[in-house]
Amino acid sequence: MELLSGNEAFARGAYEAGVTVAAAYPGTPSTEILENIAARYKKDIYCEWSPNEKVALEVGAGAAQTGARVLVTMKHVGLNVAADPLMTLAYTGVAGGLVIIVADDPGMHSSQNEQDSRNYAIFAKVPMLEPSSSAEAKEFIKIGMDISEKYHTPVIVRSVTRISHSKGPVELCQRIQPRTEFGFVKNPQQYVTIPVWARKMRVQLEEKLGQMLQASNESPELNRIEWADEELGIITSGICYEYVKDIWPTASVLKLGWSNPLPDTLIKDFAAGVDKILVIEELDDILELRIKAMGIDCIGREFIPGIGELTPSVLRQCKAKMQGEEYIVPAPVEESKDLPARPPVLCPGCPHRGVFTVLAKNKVVVTGDIGCYSLGSLPPLSSLDTILCMGAGISMAHGMDKAKANHKVVGIMGDSTFFHSGITGLLDIAYNKGASTIIVVDNRITAMTGHQENPGSGKTLMGEDTIEASIEAIGRACGVKRVFSINPYDLAETSKVIETEINTNEPSLIVSKAPCPLAVGKPVGHKRNVDAEKCKVCGMCLKIGCPGMEGGEKGQVPKVNKLLCAGCGLCEQVCKFGAITMDKEI
Amino acid sequence: MSDNTTSIVLAGVGGQGILLASSIIAKAAMIAGFEVKMNEVHGMAQRGGSVIAQIRYGKNVHSPLVEEGTAKVFASLEQIEAIRFAHYLSPDGLAVVSTQTIVPVTVSMGSGKYPQDVKQRLEKIFKNLIIVDALGKANELGNIKVANVIVLGAISRGLDLPLETWHEAIKSEVKEKFADLNIRAFEAGRNS
Ligand SMILES: Cc1ncc(C[n+]2csc(CCOP(=O)(O)OP(=O)(O)O)c2C)c(N)n1
Repeated sequence: MELLSGNEAFARGAYEAGVTVAAAYPGTPSTEILENIAARYKKDIYCEWSPNEKVALEVGAGAAQTGARVLVTMKHVGLNVAADPLMTLAYTGVAGGLVIIVADDPGMHSSQNEQDSRNYAIFAKVPMLEPSSSAEAKEFIKIGMDISEKYHTPVIVRSVTRISHSKGPVELCQRIQPRTEFGFVKNPQQYVTIPVWARKMRVQLEEKLGQMLQASNESPELNRIEWADEELGIITSGICYEYVKDIWPTASVLKLGWSNPLPDTLIKDFAAGVDKILVIEELDDILELRIKAMGIDCIGREFIPGIGELTPSVLRQCKAKMQGEEYIVPAPVEESKDLPARPPVLCPGCPHRGVFTVLAKNKVVVTGDIGCYSLGSLPPLSSLDTILCMGAGISMAHGMDKAKANHKVVGIMGDSTFFHSGITGLLDIAYNKGASTIIVVDNRITAMTGHQENPGSGKTLMGEDTIEASIEAIGRACGVKRVFSINPYDLAETSKVIETEINTNEPSLIVSKAPCPLAVGKPVGHKRNVDAEKCKVCGMCLKIGCPGMEGGEKGQVPKVNKLLCAGCGLCEQVCKFGAITMDKEI
Repeated sequence: MSDNTTSIVLAGVGGQGILLASSIIAKAAMIAGFEVKMNEVHGMAQRGGSVIAQIRYGKNVHSPLVEEGTAKVFASLEQIEAIRFAHYLSPDGLAVVSTQTIVPVTVSMGSGKYPQDVKQRLEKIFKNLIIVDALGKANELGNIKVANVIVLGAISRGLDLPLETWHEAIKSEVKEKFADLNIRAFEAGRNS
């Protein structure tokens, strides 16, 4: 027995299921699945960070069509990017097992939205499994592979933050030995989706769904009734099952582990055995609406919130409300009311800080993107104005430019995001004669999600040396003529280049080059000190928003927190009085 | 609130080593023969934000999340984070607070104040309180990184897990060459 996080268990499940190929693009809360495969099972499983989720799924599709068992993982919004291959892969089906783990983030702990991936299973007409614990996370990958091969369909396994990042006991088993030979068997009527053949596939898809519906009614290891009190029956899936067991220990429960196709006869049987049905589901009211459509009376959204994540305390409140009582969840103590907030911040020594310090001084609109640099939107830097989705930092800048906005626009994104979906936007700017200024903050790593390699890092997920894709060269190949590399720790240079390019009527690409100090594991330089004699307490060094520089009461000289200072020297450069000096210590 | 489940909440600032401390608790409970569930925060919040980790152990544990007001032990690696998440502790539970101070950027920007009366507040909020100078003790041991394990030692006083299970858990969760140092750190906290 081992204590594994859901993500570790998913990785283990892939190993035990005989998976030989795994592909993903990182995204919280899914990232650690492939990291674990790389750390523990790379001898048996080829694994890669693909540049984006669409590529990852297509790589997975290709591998599966040779008969291999394949795992593809992504966060919920990643499935938007991979939706195109998914929709048609449901038609062609797969030869070898293909499981896609999609990790939702109810409560938006680390995401830009809270979309419910269960909709995709219905939309794409593919089966969906929803584990409720680490033990099931492992098991459902294996069952998912069997379903995938039996019905020749991709299978989505839905995780949520609390599954992926919670640990629980898992019993380890042996690896099922994969086949020894792989190869694509030509069959155009099955794999070539020109309309004449796709129409036939469309019909087959409905037939498969019919067969799977029957199977989901008859799979007690996935969908089971736990009979107890007759007065209340709860229908639930995924992590909510565990909360239900804590909050309603005596209720009858229909636990759905295979939620699409929805096991209709099982639900009818359950409904016949209890007086009242309560549906508990996180996010959209998918189960509730479908159960009601079956003509079965149930309650759900009336008492259970559809915004944010469900937790045991939220459900305890719901339970009280249903019983006409009140349960007050203990709130933060009175003494916490005036505490200063502690939002996430750019780390000390972060190279992005130099670029935002310059942007903050310029009157521009900054179309931003998702990555550590999203934090440039918060005070005191406050210089990132939009975040939509990965890639939009470049394309939205072009849109504002073409709308003839009455202000200057700068688009900004990170290296991983550039490789993910920034290149096409840049190509658009060059092709359609835009004039935007684009900054790529190139720290040679995917930092926000915990430092994953990307095509610019020079290393693969499996730890091998490889190419270091050059953003400057890609920019030139797209046709951008004004391409510059800058050192973001040099404020004078950074501001000169950015300011010139903002005022140039041609597209420009500025690549801010400095590795993430956290990823390198080394401070940038010597720590700094504040010389109290020279300090005029003007507050400039605090405006760069570095956690390593601590300001005190009004009129007090700021001081450097030596535990945090990474020695980047930005504070020294913004100080007009020469009050910040270099320490001996690095 | 399953009656025989023990819940623990750890609070702190991203990067302080909460994940290691919570892994050791979980491991110790597992070695002691309990079913364990635990939840930790990854991603965005780790970038210097407030973070908590939750651990539950018992005979049969369902939810990995701890309900507010039910933790038997609550510990914080940073002083004001102890106040921020104090409501997780049950009325008669044990609180362990490290005296370490990490000033949030919001204070430096002038949009908030780091309270000057932290000690008084802590004493008012917690009936059953251990304050540890974890950073100071870690310095004495020659490595500030073990501050989290010193706090862990103090936490262990409020939990009914045998000492050997703690030692075994530490050995399994830290690199071999740091095992001795971490066990000394644990003992320093346990005897504080
Ligand atoms: C479609 C999609 N996939 C994945 C993510 C998760 N995610 C957020 S930011 C990011 C990458 C950031 O890397 P980079 O652009 O290099 O910036 P850095 O954090 O290194 O500054 C990822 C993978 C997402 N938000 N959307």
